[in-house]
Amino acid sequence: MELDALDRGGFLRLAGTLGAGLVFAVYLPGCGRSSTSSSSAPFAPNAWVRIAPDNTVTVVVNKSEMGQGVATGLPTIVADELDADPNLLKFEFAPADQQYIDPVYGAMITGGSTSVKDMWMPLRTAGATARAMLIAAAAQQWSLDPSACTAKNGVVYHSASNRTASYGSLTAIASGLKVPTNVPLKRPDQFTIIGQQHQRLDIPQKLNGTAEYGIDVRVPGMLYAAIARSPVFGGKVKSFDPKAAKAVAGVVDVVQVSNGVAVVAKNTWSAFQGKNALQIDWDDGPNANLTTEALFAEAEELARTHRGELVALSRGNTETAKGTVVEATYRGPFLAHTTMEPQNATADVREDRCEVWAPNQVQQRSQQEAVNVTGLPLEKCVVHTTLLGGGFGRRLESDYVREAVEVSKAVKAPVKVMWTREDDIQNEFYRPMSVNVVRGVLANGTLTSLSHQVVSQSWLKRWHPQWLKNGVDMLSMAEAVDAPYYVPNFKATFIDHEHGIPVGSWRAPDANWNGFVTESFIDELAHAAGKDPLTFRLALFEKTPRAAGVLRLAAEKAGWGKRQGAGIAQGLAVVFWGGSYAALVADVSMVNNMPKVHRVVAAVDCGTVINPRIVEQQAQSAVIYGLSAALTNKITLERGRVQQHNFYDYLSLRLADSPPIDVYVVPSKESPTGVGELCTPPIAPAVANAVFTLTGKRVRQLPFSDALRA
Amino acid sequence: MISITVNGIKRDVEVPGEMPLLWVVRDELNLTGSKFGCGVGECGCCTMHIDGVATRTCVLPVSAAAGKQIETIESLSSDNSHRVQKAWLAEQVPQCGYCQSGQIMVASALLKKNPNPSDSDIDQAMTNICRCGTYDRIRTAIHRAAQEA
Repeated sequence: MELDALDRGGFLRLAGTLGAGLVFAVYLPGCGRSSTSSSSAPFAPNAWVRIAPDNTVTVVVNKSEMGQGVATGLPTIVADELDADPNLLKFEFAPADQQYIDPVYGAMITGGSTSVKDMWMPLRTAGATARAMLIAAAAQQWSLDPSACTAKNGVVYHSASNRTASYGSLTAIASGLKVPTNVPLKRPDQFTIIGQQHQRLDIPQKLNGTAEYGIDVRVPGMLYAAIARSPVFGGKVKSFDPKAAKAVAGVVDVVQVSNGVAVVAKNTWSAFQGKNALQIDWDDGPNANLTTEALFAEAEELARTHRGELVALSRGNTETAKGTVVEATYRGPFLAHTTMEPQNATADVREDRCEVWAPNQVQQRSQQEAVNVTGLPLEKCVVHTTLLGGGFGRRLESDYVREAVEVSKAVKAPVKVMWTREDDIQNEFYRPMSVNVVRGVLANGTLTSLSHQVVSQSWLKRWHPQWLKNGVDMLSMAEAVDAPYYVPNFKATFIDHEHGIPVGSWRAPDANWNGFVTESFIDELAHAAGKDPLTFRLALFEKTPRAAGVLRLAAEKAGWGKRQGAGIAQGLAVVFWGGSYAALVADVSMVNNMPKVHRVVAAVDCGTVINPRIVEQQAQSAVIYGLSAALTNKITLERGRVQQHNFYDYLSLRLADSPPIDVYVVPSKESPTGVGELCTPPIAPAVANAVFTLTGKRVRQLPFSDALRA
Repeated sequence: MISITVNGIKRDVEVPGEMPLLWVVRDELNLTGSKFGCGVGECGCCTMHIDGVATRTCVLPVSAAAGKQIETIESLSSDNSHRVQKAWLAEQVPQCGYCQSGQIMVASALLKKNPNPSDSDIDQAMTNICRCGTYDRIRTAIHRAAQEA
C-alpha cells in the first residue's frame, strides 16, 4: 500500500537518482527562466522551488540532513503555501552559494535547532509566490481574472466553468510571468499539510542501500587516504619514514599534510594498513603532559580566584540576599560526538577547479577550506553536501574537508579521506569540560537569590568570535543564563578556561551541561526548602508560562507524585533551548549501583508543529543521545593522549537498554521553533534527581558511572 | 585471486585474503549500502548475511567468506518490497539512516530464524548501535514485520 503511494509520488525515483552515483543536480539560478520556450523546462520562480511539467515539486534544501528531518520539514513548509500535492514532493540539497544562506545566521549553517525557525518565513513566501503565479498562469490561459481561480493539491481550479489545470501543465506560461511581491500568506487554520505530514521524504532510499552518505561518494580515478595525526593536540611531525607504509599492498603514495602524514591507496583498507605501518617521530608540543585531572584542578582554581571572570547577566544583589545558603560545585567531562558515520570527505583538485563532496553542516566553510588550500577563486570551488550519518555539531567543523583538499592537491587525483573510529574519537572538537559553582539563598522556603559561575572553554570565540557579547560567549552560558526560572537576585558569570584541547558544539551547546547543573541544583534547593520539586519549580515560572505548561503536562502524563512500582522513583527536569520548551519525567530504579531508566515522559512546546512524527522522533533521539553520554561517557587525557578509542570504551546505549519515551506536544499557533536538540539537556538531570530520591546521593559529576561507583 | 558469491553473483577479486569483507564489497564491488562504523565488530553497521547468518563483516577476512553465500542490504529488494523494509517504512524508523542497513539485515535474519520474536528475543538479537536512538521504532517494526509473514 505505502509503496504504491510512494511510487506514484516519485519518491523511489528520487532514491534512484541519489543512489546512482555522483549526479547531484544543482539548480543554477536563472536557468529556468532563460529556457521558458522549452515545454520540458521547470518553473522556477525563486531559488527554493521548482515545478516540473511532470507535476513534481522539488524544494531546494539549504540545510544538511543528519537525521533531524530537515529534508522533509522544509519542503513541507513550501508545499503547504504552494498547495502542492504532498505525494509529488521531492528535495535536493543546495550547493555552497550565498543565495542559500540562513537569513538569521547570514551563512549556510545547520545548527542550533534553527532550520525550521529561520526558514519558516522565506520558504512560506517562496511557496505562496509560486502558487500565485501558477494561478495567474491558469487564469491567463482561460482568459479569466486570477481571483476567480483557486488551487488545491497541485491543481488550479475554476469551479464556475469546471476547468482544471495541473501545476505541471502551467510551467511554461508561469515562467513567462513577472514574479509578484507581497503575496499574502495563509492563516494557520488554512494549513493543510503543515501539522499533517507524517512521512519523511528521505526514508525510502535509507531502506535499500541507495542513500548516499559522504563515505559512499565515488569519483572516477579516486584514491583513498588515511591520515596519521599527532597523538597529542598541537603536536607536529618531526620526521617520518614512509618505507613500511609504501610496502603495504595497494598503497600508492605517502604525503605530509598540515596535520600529519597521509597514506594514499587504491582502497580504504590498504590506506588504513599503510597508516598503521607508518614510522613517525612526533614533536608532542606544549600539551605533552596534559591530564584531565590537572585541567579540572586548574578550572577549580579559576573558580576560586575568579580570575578573568566576566558577568553575563546580573540583577538585584546576590551578595546581600539573606537566608539559608545552599552551595555546590559540579564537574562535567569532555565528550565526543561519535556520529555513526566517521568523518570523511572527498575532493578533486584540478588546475582550474576544485570539487568537494562532504557530509557537512557548514557548506561555505568547506568552500573556504578549498579556497585556502588551492588558492582558487571561490566560484571555482564547488561543494556538494551528501546525506550525513549523524552530525550532533561535529560537522560544524570542516577539518576533514581541508584534509581531503590537501591530499588531492598533493597527489593530483581525486581522493577520499576516511577516518577510523579511533581517529574520530581521538581527534575531536569535544563538548567542553566544565566546572560550575552554583549558590542559592532560600528565605522561608522561597528562592530569592541564585548565582551560577561557569568555568569552561569557549568554542564560539574560535568558531565565530563576532557572536560574543561584550566578550562573553553566551552559548557557553546557555541554560545558566537563560534557564526559565525567575529569581529576583540573579548573577551568571563566565571564566574562559583556555587549555589547548579543541572544543566545539555538541548537541544543545552548552545547555547540555549547564542544564544538568541548573536542573540538578534546583532540585537540591527544592529538597533544602522541603518542597516538592514540581511545585518548587512552578513557583519560579511566573514569567515563563510555556515552561510551566510543559512541566504540568509531563507531570500529569507521568503520574507525578503517584507511586510508580517497587524500587522506582521519578525525577524531572525542564529546559529552554532553540526557542522551545521541554520537560521530562524519568522513571528510574537502581541496578548494580547504576540508574536503570524504565520510561521517560517528554512534554514539548515548539510552537507550530510541521511534522508531528519528526517532533516525536527528535525528542526520543535527543533523550537517548543524552542518556548514552550521561551513563558512562567521558573523554580523559593522560600524557596529552586521549584514553578512549572506540565503541568498546566509549559506550553507546543499545536497544535492550533504551527506555520507551512517550512524547506529548503542547498544541500551539506560535511560530515554529527547534526540536532537534531540545531534549538532550534535561535527561541526565531528570535521572540524577530520581537517583537522589532513591539513594540520597546527589550526583554532581557525570558520567553516572564515575559519580556512583567512586 | 579470491572468489566470493555476493547476492547470488560469483565475483573474482584481486585483494589480500585478510582484507575485511566489508571493504571488498564497498570498494572493490561498489556495493555501498553496507557501512563502516567502528572496524572492530562493535556497532554492526556492516552487517551482511553469510550463509543466512547476520555477520559483522568489518572484522571478517574475505578469505573466510569464500565459497559462502554473501547477501548485502542490496539483495533484500530495490523497491522496498521486502517485509522488513515495508515495516521500516510504515514505522518511519530511520533518522540519519546510516546504521539502518545493518539493523535491517540483523532483523531480517532474526525473523527467518524466529518468525515471531518476543521483546526479549529482540533485545538479544538487536545489538547494533544507532546514534539517533531509533530503537523503539526498530522494536515496533520487527513486530509489524512478524505479523506480515
